[in-house]
Amino acid sequence: MSVLVYINSNSGLHKSALETVSYGKKLGGNLTVITSGSADDSSLATLGKYGANKVLVDRSIQGNDDQQLTQLIASAADSVGATTIIFSHDLTAKAVAPRLSVRLKAGLISGAIELPAADGTVKVNVFSGKAFGSVKVNSSVKIISLLPNSFQPEENGNNCAVESFSSNASSSLIKVLSTKKPEGEIPLPEAELVVSAGRGMKGPENWGMVEDLATALGAATACSRPVADIGWRPHHEHVGQTGVAIRPNLYIAIGISGAIQHLAGVNGSKVIVVINTDAEAPFFKAADYGILGDAFEVLPRLTEAVKKFKVSGQ
Amino acid sequence: MKILVCISKSPDTTSKIAFVDQNTKFDENGVQYIINPYDEWYALVRALEIKETLGGDVTVITVGPIADDAIIRKALAIGADDAVRIDADPTDAYYTAVQIAEYAKSNNFDLVLTGKETINYNGSQVAGMIAESLNMPFVSLASKLDVNGSTLTLEREIVGGLQVVEVSLPAVVSCAKGMAEQRIPNMRGIMAARTKPLQVVAPVSVELLTTYVNYTMPNAKSSCKMIDPMNMDELVALLHNEAKVI
Repeated sequence: MSVLVYINSNSGLHKSALETVSYGKKLGGNLTVITSGSADDSSLATLGKYGANKVLVDRSIQGNDDQQLTQLIASAADSVGATTIIFSHDLTAKAVAPRLSVRLKAGLISGAIELPAADGTVKVNVFSGKAFGSVKVNSSVKIISLLPNSFQPEENGNNCAVESFSSNASSSLIKVLSTKKPEGEIPLPEAELVVSAGRGMKGPENWGMVEDLATALGAATACSRPVADIGWRPHHEHVGQTGVAIRPNLYIAIGISGAIQHLAGVNGSKVIVVINTDAEAPFFKAADYGILGDAFEVLPRLTEAVKKFKVSGQ
Repeated sequence: MKILVCISKSPDTTSKIAFVDQNTKFDENGVQYIINPYDEWYALVRALEIKETLGGDVTVITVGPIADDAIIRKALAIGADDAVRIDADPTDAYYTAVQIAEYAKSNNFDLVLTGKETINYNGSQVAGMIAESLNMPFVSLASKLDVNGSTLTLEREIVGGLQVVEVSLPAVVSCAKGMAEQRIPNMRGIMAARTKPLQVVAPVSVELLTTYVNYTMPNAKSSCKMIDPMNMDELVALLHNEAKVI
């Protein structure tokens, strides 16, 4: 059994990379990581601690072109004789994994949330998080794309070897004109704690207290669709059916009613806290903890409580 | 400009999700099917906008049984010129993609558009599989698409940001929010849709790479614990000691 994990290391090693390597380790067998991009050898070597036996890197590929990446992963899979290929179910995987599936005639399981069961089936999210499906792959090689925040990284090994690898990929057909990346922010799908607010905040000028709570917790900020649509917050913060789907450990929803389209994007969260003035808000039905009250009074109080908790170092 | 728009049916967003036959099949009882919203609002409408400025034809295609003619007629009412239905059950993404690619191969489309994913299987698989089958470049999750001659300029989401890219036609693009706005078909469109051509094509034989063995429902949430808004220390303590998330 040989497992190949593709990780995106263009902007350093993300938690999702550690998750996929740890997941691959649990499948047993020899584990190789293939990556493109700019991460240096010493940081790639640390993937050994999470279970990699070897890291292969092709720095000639920037990782913007799904055809090049498909070629890269296919030739790495061929060279190590991979029987299982693992991705993190992020935007790169959504572009590359389907191509690779066709190229290798390998069944693709998208959005896995658990390790394979004893019968080999893998559980995935379906119906926008309202149900789970168990999927079986019929081909000899399988591809699993793991939803971020579904699997805890486990560190218990040593650094591993890093070797350069060339896939002789043809030149890119996609020309990048510009890239805009907010600096220093955790990508929302990877955030473990998320503070999210909706129209109940009454205006963008009131977001300071949302950000204060997020900073105190070390959380990412998100918002509901109407808030992104009217331009109070940037679009990449919009969670829900048409925005990003996330599954953090903690989701705090402030002044969001909890329409079914919003819930579709957050119902995988492990714990949901809802703060709303409307006792009839449907979100309370999906919540673990509810606070019926005015966000403008509750938020500063909660931020203080969090700060006190952090200082006490419990 | 010849544009192929791939559409899929999906249960209306508010449908009750349940399963039958020992949880091996989606319970269609009482379910209202719609065009998958990403396919309709973004892919189809953007295709029509391009046609309106540059001329050309918009063909919609779906893989499905005769019952799916209803969603095809809706796409025609919104403004597509003609439609193709591959007469088969869309068993998995690979099966569906190969059927569409086979049709596309012999019909020389300049641009193939899909929605970013369906709201029932959420796989985001079909578009990339079509692109690989046709050996075309693929831009996924595009939120803007402009055509300049034989070049597309697109804005797409990437991990942690946004990117503007250029690609030559022919190409495959999956469409996300921002690309276009939903259109409601008018009475003239609905009338015209009745007589627009709908071609039914027999499927090619394709092996199944994956099988959905069964489905389960998430455990019901235990009831929400209400916290006194004056006592946020209690909430923090519960998040730490009981929920163990901070």
